[in-house]
Amino acid sequence: MFRVFDGFRFRRASSPLHRLDPRSKFLMACVFFALAIIFTGILPLTLIFLVQIPLVLVAGVRREWLRSLRGGALLALLIFGTNLIVNYMSAGYALTLDVILYSTSMAVRFLALISSFSVFFLTTSPDDLGLALEQARIPYEFCFAFTTAVRFVPVLAGEAQTIVDAQRSRGLELEKGSFLKRVRNYVPILIPLIVGAIRRSFEMAEAMEARAFGAKERRTNLNVLRLQGADYATVLISLSTLACGVYLRYFVAIPSL
Amino acid sequence: MIQVEDLYFSYPVGVEALRGVSLKINSGEFVAIMGENGAGKTTLVKHFNGLLKPSRGRVLVDGVDTRKVSVASLSKRVGLVFQNPDHQLFCETVEKEVAFGLRNFGFPEETVLKRIDWALSLLDLTEYREVSPFMLSGGERKRVALASVLAWDPETVVLDEPTIGQDQGQKERLRQFITQLNAQGKVVVIVTHDVEFVADCHPRVILMSRGRIVADGLAGDVLYDHGVLDKASILPPQVTQILLELADLNAPRGVIDLYEAGEVVANLLRRGR
Repeated sequence: MFRVFDGFRFRRASSPLHRLDPRSKFLMACVFFALAIIFTGILPLTLIFLVQIPLVLVAGVRREWLRSLRGGALLALLIFGTNLIVNYMSAGYALTLDVILYSTSMAVRFLALISSFSVFFLTTSPDDLGLALEQARIPYEFCFAFTTAVRFVPVLAGEAQTIVDAQRSRGLELEKGSFLKRVRNYVPILIPLIVGAIRRSFEMAEAMEARAFGAKERRTNLNVLRLQGADYATVLISLSTLACGVYLRYFVAIPSL
Repeated sequence: MIQVEDLYFSYPVGVEALRGVSLKINSGEFVAIMGENGAGKTTLVKHFNGLLKPSRGRVLVDGVDTRKVSVASLSKRVGLVFQNPDHQLFCETVEKEVAFGLRNFGFPEETVLKRIDWALSLLDLTEYREVSPFMLSGGERKRVALASVLAWDPETVVLDEPTIGQDQGQKERLRQFITQLNAQGKVVVIVTHDVEFVADCHPRVILMSRGRIVADGLAGDVLYDHGVLDKASILPPQVTQILLELADLNAPRGVIDLYEAGEVVANLLRRGR
C-alpha cells in the first residue's frame, strides 16, 4: 500500500537529466504541467505525454517511472469513468465519440501531469532541491525542514510496513469488519508510527543542536548551483515550447478531432 | 513442525533476499539463526507465520502451506516477537497490551484474564500491570512485547534479536527463560548476531550468508568452523578462540560451554606441570 511512493523516490545516478540544474528541470516540469493544463484535445495531450518518454529513457528511470504511472492508473481510470458518466448524462444520455474522446483525453492529461513531476523528482536529489531553494533566498530553516521531510518519506514508509507486520503477527486483521471497524484497525499502526516520528524528531533536534545548528546567520555551501550551457538550452527550449503552445492553443484554430 | 522447501524470495524492489533455502525445524527444537546483516535471517522467519509468501518453493507449518492460510491463523501457532518493541506497543497499559493478541484470536474473556496474569508473572511484569508501556525502560518494553506474544501460548516462539540493548544480567535471565520455554516443549527460534549468547545457550545453529544457508549443525560444530563463520562475517565466541589457540596442546574442539572449557584448560595446566 506504500508502494505508490516508489515512483517518486530518488536514486543516485548519472545521466544528462540528473546533471541538469534543478531550477531548469523544475521549469521544464512546470512547462509540461502548464501545457497539459491548457490543452484539452486528445492529440496534443497524447503528444505531451509521449514527448516525455525519451526523457525518461535518457534518465534511465524507466522502471520507477512506470511504477508511478501504475500507481496513477487507478485514479486515471476513475477520472475516465467519472467524465464518461457525467458527459454521457449531460449529452442527453447519448454515448457519442466526442464523449469517449474527451474522457480519454482527461485521463491522458492526468497521466501527463503525474509523469512530468515524477520525472523531476526521480532525477533530482533532495540535496539539490534544498540547495535550489536556498539559492532562491528561502530561509535555511525552511529548506532544511523541506529536505528532511522529503528524505524521511521512505524511512517512514518502511517503518509503517514493519509495524503492520508486527501487529499482524499479533493477530490484527486490517481488512476485517465493517467500515468503522476497519478504520479503527489502523489505530495500532498509527500510534507506534506517530510516537516513533515524534521521538525521532526530538532526537534529531538534539543531534542538530549538538552540531551547532543555526550558529551562524549566513551559511556558505561547498557546492553552489550554476547554470551551465545545457541549462540555458533547457530553459530556452522550455519557454519557447510554452510560447508555441500558448500561440497554437489560443490564436490558431486546430482542426478538432 | 516447520518445513522450508527450496525457498526463494524477492522483495518488490527487486532484491533477492532468499536463494534456495531448505530446512526443517522439528517439535521441541531450539534453533539459532545467525548471519551477517542482510543475510536474509529476518526475511526467513517472516515466512514462518506467513507475513511473507514464497516467490518460489514453499513453507509448511504443521503440514499446512503458508500460502493457503491467513497470517492470523498461522500466528496463533508461530509467535513472532519483533526486534524493536516500539514497533508494536500502542496501548495505555501493559495489561491491555498483553490482552491485544488474546482478544484478536478470540479467546473467551475469563481465559484472557487468566493468560494476562500468567504472562505478566512469567516475565516479572506484574507490578507494571497498570503502567503505560511508554513509561518503561527499553529492557522492560522488550519484555512486554515478549509477554504479549507468549500470552496466547504459541507452539513455536520466534525471537528477532532478543539480546540487543540488554545488559549482562538481563541476557542471563533471558537465557534461562528461553531454556525453560524450550524445556517445556516449545520450539524456540532466535535470530541473532550475539555469538556469545549463542555459545551460552548451545542450540542448533543455522548460519546464513547472502540468502543461503551455509552451515547447519550443533553450536559446538558450527562455531568451530572458521571457514563458514568467516563467510557469514561472524567472529567465533571467546571460548572457541581460546581453545583454538591452544590446539597445539591438544585442546579438544567442539567445547563451547564456559564451565566445560574451564575444566579443559585446568586439565591442560595440570598435565603441563
